[in-house]
Amino acid sequence: MTFDLTRIRKDFPILQREVRPGVPLVYLDSTATAQKPLAVLDAMEAYYRFSNANIHRGVHTLAEEATTLYEQAREKIARFIHAPSPRQLIYTRNTTESINLVAHTWARASLKSGDLIILTEMEHHSNLVPWHMLAAERNLRLEFIPVTAEGLLDLAEYQKLLEQGPRLVSFTQMSNVLGTINPAKEMIRLAHQAGALTLLDGAQSVPHFAVDVQELDVDFLAFSAHKLCGPTGIGALYGKTTLLEAMPPFLGGGDMIREVHLRSFKPNALPYKFEAGTPAIAEAVGFGAACDYLTGIGMAAIAAHEHEITAYALERLEEIPGVKVFGPGIKDKGGVAAFTLEGVHPHDVAQILDQDGVAVRAGHHCAQPLHEKFNIPATSRASFYLYSTREDVDRLVEGIYKVKKYFG
Amino acid sequence: MDDLYREIIIEHYKNPGYRGKLDPHDFSFADSNPLCGDHIEVTLRVGAGGVISEAAFDGHGCAISQASADLLLESIIGKSLDEVKQLTKQDLLDLIGLDLGPVRLKCALLSLKVLKAGVYGLGAASDDLVD
Repeated sequence: MTFDLTRIRKDFPILQREVRPGVPLVYLDSTATAQKPLAVLDAMEAYYRFSNANIHRGVHTLAEEATTLYEQAREKIARFIHAPSPRQLIYTRNTTESINLVAHTWARASLKSGDLIILTEMEHHSNLVPWHMLAAERNLRLEFIPVTAEGLLDLAEYQKLLEQGPRLVSFTQMSNVLGTINPAKEMIRLAHQAGALTLLDGAQSVPHFAVDVQELDVDFLAFSAHKLCGPTGIGALYGKTTLLEAMPPFLGGGDMIREVHLRSFKPNALPYKFEAGTPAIAEAVGFGAACDYLTGIGMAAIAAHEHEITAYALERLEEIPGVKVFGPGIKDKGGVAAFTLEGVHPHDVAQILDQDGVAVRAGHHCAQPLHEKFNIPATSRASFYLYSTREDVDRLVEGIYKVKKYFG
Repeated sequence: MDDLYREIIIEHYKNPGYRGKLDPHDFSFADSNPLCGDHIEVTLRVGAGGVISEAAFDGHGCAISQASADLLLESIIGKSLDEVKQLTKQDLLDLIGLDLGPVRLKCALLSLKVLKAGVYGLGAASDDLVD
């Protein structure tokens, strides 16, 4: 199947809008959240218009349909990451909640004072703060794999840290600022060799290239729907069955129980054990539709397209005097270009770009420690997805020249 | 939108009249806007009758935050501390002549927040100061 960019762009109604009269949208903020194709919007609307009911215990037709749609979506999402079974795919609110789930259940039950968790200096806040909180509560040690000046993880330092006998290595597969794609498979192999479990933050990787949990042999994978063209408010945690079964439940309430008595309860089987209360049903349906949509286009084709656009963007950005792009070269980089423009605060860059309909993000992108490392308060960030075009990059570059004129 | 970067803002950003740190000073306060890393420190000298005789700001951030700080300090020279305590969000917006969305409003209001927290002698700058 060929990658038909024109057709893909037609799948996304929002890409047809003008930011203001005569100014079409150039959306370069997919790393924050991706736009949604008709396939997702239609699936969610059809669910509400036709099948809406609460799931799992209803006997009537609508409840049956809603339950089927909710569970079919789980199967689609599980297949999308090559999970052996949909029972290993737990719905959460987002990547952040998935990581918190592991921190609150597995880690709280298994880790004791003095135990070590290895993280990296390029984590965003959702893979830092849950561990800060648990470390304070349980007196755990946190160590960080350093980031090199080129924006890569220092794997020699990683090997040294592994000698300290960590219990968990939790890291991002792709940095949301530097764009660095980390050698996850090798890092997981090394962690296992050292006796540690692994948690992979897939918020940026799962939407952009094929992620196979079995090939990676990862213990936990956390990701969100909204970054892969699905709705906000839903994400997933994949885990190995033996781990998930041994873990205590997360939130308590309906659906996560097998039996409830006045003074006790028995938790439900996987995956329901971790899913308390009425879930985001329409969002689950949209999540599944998004996986189908991306699979239909092909993750390899999407990755190839983003690679080409990102390479072009790096080339164009680097020719602008005063622009500095952070992170590794194109070989190790996903579709992210975080940059600074000399003498102009990133917020001003983003604001002036918005004048021409160019949507980029400015700030520390929820990765404040990483910005501290590079000694910059903030960056502007353009990010790319399957619907990004070379024209988008050209509009970005024209916009940056305009910023330079304002502040010249 | 062009208005947002009209000459007065760019001019006060590039050539601020009140940048620096007064040492010694009678009042000082500093705070940051965590969203974008804007940081502003204000130092004041107060003369007879509680009237502000000198003011300076230090820090870094976007053009809106830094130009707002400069325009604000320019406006308070010769004013009493009580008058500064009465300054509102609208006073600052009138001063810079901008109509800002919720995100950039924080940038513009940082200097006023810092100034008022300093003059009130508060331990922390609260958003209530600029509501």
